[in-house]
Amino acid sequence: MLRLEKLVKTYKTGDQALQAVDIDIPEGQVLALIGPSGAGKSTLIRCINRLVEPTSGQVYLGDVELTGLSSSALRRERRRMGMIFQEYALVERLSVMENVLSGRLGYVGFWRSFMRKFPQSDVDEAYRLLDRVGLAHMADKRADELSGGQRQRVGICRALIQNPALLLVDEPTASLDPKTSRQIMRLICELCKERGLAAIINIHDVALAQMFVQRVIGLRLGAVEFDGPPEGLTPDVLTTIYGEEDWEATIEKVDDDEVEAQ
Amino acid sequence: MSSVAFDVQTKLGKPWKKPPFVQRDWLRWTLLLGFVAYLIAAYMTIDVNWSRVYEGLERGKKFVLAFTSPDFTSRSTDIWEGMFESIIMTVASSVVGIAISIPIALGAARNVAPLPVYLICRSIIAISRALQEIIVAILLVAIFGFGPLAGFLTLSFATIGFLAKLLAEDIESMDRVQAEAIKASGARWTQWINYGIQPQVMPRLIGLSIYRLDINFRESAILGLVGAGGIGATLNTAFDRYEYDTAAAILLIIIVIVMALEYLSGVVRARVQ
Repeated sequence: MLRLEKLVKTYKTGDQALQAVDIDIPEGQVLALIGPSGAGKSTLIRCINRLVEPTSGQVYLGDVELTGLSSSALRRERRRMGMIFQEYALVERLSVMENVLSGRLGYVGFWRSFMRKFPQSDVDEAYRLLDRVGLAHMADKRADELSGGQRQRVGICRALIQNPALLLVDEPTASLDPKTSRQIMRLICELCKERGLAAIINIHDVALAQMFVQRVIGLRLGAVEFDGPPEGLTPDVLTTIYGEEDWEATIEKVDDDEVEAQ
Repeated sequence: MSSVAFDVQTKLGKPWKKPPFVQRDWLRWTLLLGFVAYLIAAYMTIDVNWSRVYEGLERGKKFVLAFTSPDFTSRSTDIWEGMFESIIMTVASSVVGIAISIPIALGAARNVAPLPVYLICRSIIAISRALQEIIVAILLVAIFGFGPLAGFLTLSFATIGFLAKLLAEDIESMDRVQAEAIKASGARWTQWINYGIQPQVMPRLIGLSIYRLDINFRESAILGLVGAGGIGATLNTAFDRYEYDTAAAILLIIIVIVMALEYLSGVVRARVQ
């Protein structure tokens, strides 16, 4: 579904953010990308939809190679990749509805979007998605009136209304409390399952990642250090990814309070 | 814990002082003494003719006293005509200037425009800002003749430099991630501007526009002095004829209108937040 081949990103400053990363993600697989700050996690997912231009290497989304695309072809392919951001990245002064509908911008012309006259099917879908995440009654509120968890749900709706094949998720829970973090992770993973989406989730919280995903990739200094099931994250593995630390508490099973998290 | 050798014991029990901004003692004292010497030298070059000031005080007093008995009536047609012309000049030049500034501001924001466009737009802004209104007005009066057309063009030109520069700076300091999120959805460039950037800079654009309207009105009173039409021409005539009471009336009207605009901008800015 998504295949990265020898993906390299070297910043102008000379920092090697990614060194020849190879990853192959099958249809419908949810993958967590872990690693210390500065390991290149954000760069990696931004190189996929080319918000950051990779220096060399190839990215295949299905059969389409993304790194060589012209800007209009790239826009068409970006519609198939929904993105969810760390600080929600909602346009704060637009309403919730406008934010969700902005996920359809790749499908409608300029004047329709400028006049806010989106096709009825888009509006219906926006309401359905907002209802799915429990925010339909907030549709006409301004985005900056919402709480963190609510904003992230709107961000999820915006990504899903693109009708993507792949979700790129950048630290979805970094600015949320532990309980909301779990709810958001659960929501993302449920929605991926419902719609058969593949997803790459950048995440700091190793325990949270282990609870929800089928596969974990550990990144260190721009190179893949670990690729396997979440059970494979032993203290030794975490030490190679992050460095020396006492890992027993981190990987201890955390499902004891699973019930109250709902 | 700390890896750097640092003996805390030598610091304990001693007062702490903020390190000086200029580290080297001799340089710090040279700068300070130089500054004081400059102040003294500058003061000594001021050459005031006190007897001239004494005479002038008398004239100044007459001028100030005229404010107690402003004369709105004897030149009322001139005043209203001039005022009307000024207001038309102000509104027209603000609308045209703002309309032209917006695309230039987009071009002058480094995070939106490619380098060649950026350089061109920045040059336009620099030229507009470098040429002071009065100088532009003198030039345009020479080209188009006396009258409000020259004033209108001058103010439009000055508006571009002011508004485009400040708006471009606001665009450059916007939240990048919000705009990035719109781009990631596959939006076109125009949609990206409309959804990702415009909402972020709208309050600033509205605030600056009203402020510029205010400035343009005040400038229109000055431009008349060089023949570019508006209330300034009437004001100039009043001064030439030593009709301080009429001049006072005109100045009072200008003050009232500027205060009204100030109040209006407060109301509007509170609403668009």
